[in-house]
Amino acid sequence: MADSSLRGVGREQITIAPDGAPGDRQPAWRQDFPIDWPQDLYVERRDFMKFMVLTSAAFTVGQVWIGVQNWYRKQTGQPPVQRIASVDDIAVGAAIGFTYPDEHEPCLLVRLTASEFVAFGQKCTHLSCAVIPQPAEGNFYCPCHEGRFDLRTGVPIAGPPRRPLTRIVLERRGQDVYAVGAEERTA
Amino acid sequence: MSEPARRPFSRDQRFTIIQGMLVFVLIIVVLQLWLLTATMNAWLGGDESIVWPGAAASAAGLALNVGLFLYLARLERTRSGGS
Repeated sequence: MADSSLRGVGREQITIAPDGAPGDRQPAWRQDFPIDWPQDLYVERRDFMKFMVLTSAAFTVGQVWIGVQNWYRKQTGQPPVQRIASVDDIAVGAAIGFTYPDEHEPCLLVRLTASEFVAFGQKCTHLSCAVIPQPAEGNFYCPCHEGRFDLRTGVPIAGPPRRPLTRIVLERRGQDVYAVGAEERTA
Repeated sequence: MSEPARRPFSRDQRFTIIQGMLVFVLIIVVLQLWLLTATMNAWLGGDESIVWPGAAASAAGLALNVGLFLYLARLERTRSGGS
């Protein structure tokens, strides 16, 4: 496009071909349907920025949602005291399942020795698959992604999980074992 | 004495400005993503102390992003001859 043809045309209205050559040297199809590439690049960045601002808003909503869930969790108060089993119901080295503090939270009670019991939430802290107790190997095993947790402490020892299993606080009253609390841990 | 009229930015200048803005917005969004995952991890682990400070920091990031976006809208209004 010669300079004379641009006289009186504002810089904003100039259509620039990708190769930078004047308009009359462009192929016919481009002359018929000219695309202003710099403007196109500008508009696509602006639209991407809009999308990123929306993404930013979504992350903030997520943070507030955690806050609301936290408030809701506080409202539910302390978990109840619940009888799990009698000492005689479970052999040394065996495990039984129960739910605590409500029916949606499966847990496992393991008898380590004649007098030692531990209980943990059964949901893997990676993606909530059910862990399988393996007392002979001293761990809980998650078959979904090969995660392993220490049987005695619930701490992750292998695989993708990073947080320990939820520990159920136990209390022995006579011949019965009670769950009296749940303890979520980060390490 | 009246203030001289501000010349609108040229196309090249606006392109540079939006590139810079985009870099800022992307950095903030990545920080927000990290903040969300870290807060979720802490909260699921029973640590509630980080929940509201995390939400406040994320809201500050969003405010910054929205501010940049409004500035961009103002730039475009100036270019099109608006106020």
